[in-house]
Amino acid sequence: MSARGKRRRAVSENTEIISLNKVCKAYSTGAPALKDVDLHINKGEFVFIVGDSGSGKSTLIKLLLRELTITSGSINVMGYDLARIKHRKIPKFRRNIGIVFQDFRLLKDRNVYENVAFAQRIIQKSNKEIKKNVPSILAIVGLAGKYKAKPKQLSGGEQQRVALARALVNKPTVLLADEPTGNLDPKNSWEIMKLLEQINENGTTVLVVTHNREIVNAMQKRVITLKKGVIVSDEEKGGYIDED
Amino acid sequence: MRINTFFYTLRQGFRNIFRNKWFTLASIATISACLFLFGLFYAVVSNFQHIVKNAEQGVSVTVFFQEGLEDSRIQEIGEMIARRTEVSNVHFVSAEEAWESFKADYLGEYADGFTENPLADSANYQIYLSDVSMQPALVTYLESIEGVRKVNRSEVTARTLTGVNALVAYVSVGIIAILLAVSIFLISNTVTIGISVRKEEINIMKYIGATDFFVRSPFVIEGMLIGLIGAAIPLGIIYLLYNIVMEYIVERFSALSHLLSFLTVEQIFNVLIPVSIGIGVGIGFFGSITTVRKHLRV
Repeated sequence: MSARGKRRRAVSENTEIISLNKVCKAYSTGAPALKDVDLHINKGEFVFIVGDSGSGKSTLIKLLLRELTITSGSINVMGYDLARIKHRKIPKFRRNIGIVFQDFRLLKDRNVYENVAFAQRIIQKSNKEIKKNVPSILAIVGLAGKYKAKPKQLSGGEQQRVALARALVNKPTVLLADEPTGNLDPKNSWEIMKLLEQINENGTTVLVVTHNREIVNAMQKRVITLKKGVIVSDEEKGGYIDED
Repeated sequence: MRINTFFYTLRQGFRNIFRNKWFTLASIATISACLFLFGLFYAVVSNFQHIVKNAEQGVSVTVFFQEGLEDSRIQEIGEMIARRTEVSNVHFVSAEEAWESFKADYLGEYADGFTENPLADSANYQIYLSDVSMQPALVTYLESIEGVRKVNRSEVTARTLTGVNALVAYVSVGIIAILLAVSIFLISNTVTIGISVRKEEINIMKYIGATDFFVRSPFVIEGMLIGLIGAAIPLGIIYLLYNIVMEYIVERFSALSHLLSFLTVEQIFNVLIPVSIGIGVGIGFFGSITTVRKHLRV
């Protein structure tokens, strides 16, 4: 390979953070959830993944988290070959990914502070660092005053902020948000999206799976549309494509 | 593992006990009930075996010598018998002692009419066995010794005791095995249900990037603590009950006091404490490890 070719590859390796090549995922029953998916996302991008129920969005998120393995093709996230990664390496891989779910998935018996601190304890941060990092991330998501509250004492929007704080406290390279506004009213939905945009501006790659047409159309970000397991469109500043 | 992670894990294990009060109570109750039954049965069986063993030790074989046998040969025979492994004690009874004992037992003042010892040839060895089932083999050996005239034994008693002993052993092994199997099944089921309820919590931990070890450790500590408490409660109850019941039995059946000799609570607990705690903590440990493992594949 020429020096120029090597340089191009090095640049590509530095910027491409998620890469799926001809990825298929089939479950034991039914049609394949994903078919020949080629997807390349660079560091620092903000990407919406849209599509109807059953289009393969959730499967895609599960593959990116290495909750599921691909049936064929190749998948590489932050330099990890997820088709070959060993079980014991998965936790280390996931520590570089922040994840936010539609149903928040907070530890119900722990308060806001402990829910966020938990992510730091997993990466074995010292108590001193935890005491410094958790309040500052709670301040960013606007929950500094509610650190003692239990999840059930919070509104849906607040719970999602806690989930976001937990996802961000370890400064992940990639943030995956699976329907983050699915259980929220329009006001809270916009606030969460503003936070995600802010996080992206600070350098984190953000992937948002959503059904929220208004938000997708308004934010003018890259939009990847899935239909029946196939990418049907990938637009730089796209909008929500209506079903025919 | 960092020291604060270690203490965090330990603290979480303790906290889990209070976080899941109903699960904790159900698990402790199940473990306690099973181990209480186990302890009770063990105490009864051990005492029964102790009583049978005592009865065995009272069973003796008596060896009489040929008329006019030299004292040195009698002593030699005594040494030969004492060397046998199944023999626990050999006691020499001279002809005079035999007569004195017979007089005292059966004749009383009528013995005055005898001027000579009618039991002149009754010097003997009384042999006590450590294992009564070995009596037939010992008797065969004794009969083969030169200078031995006669061997007396209580064959029926020996056979009955051997039979009872074997029966008790088989039945107790069977019942203990069944009790243990039931205990393990019940306890691991309770642990399984308790942990399955927290499947979501385990999933969240795994999504955030917790290692299997980090997820599992608090559950294992919790399981072991529950096992420990579950074992300690029946031990405490049995300790308190044991002496009361023993006193009651001895008092109520005082006529049988020479037959009924019970083990002390310490003798029972020498075995019961390590076994109960081992079972309780062991089931808590393995139960939580295997159940959490099912949910770790996320």
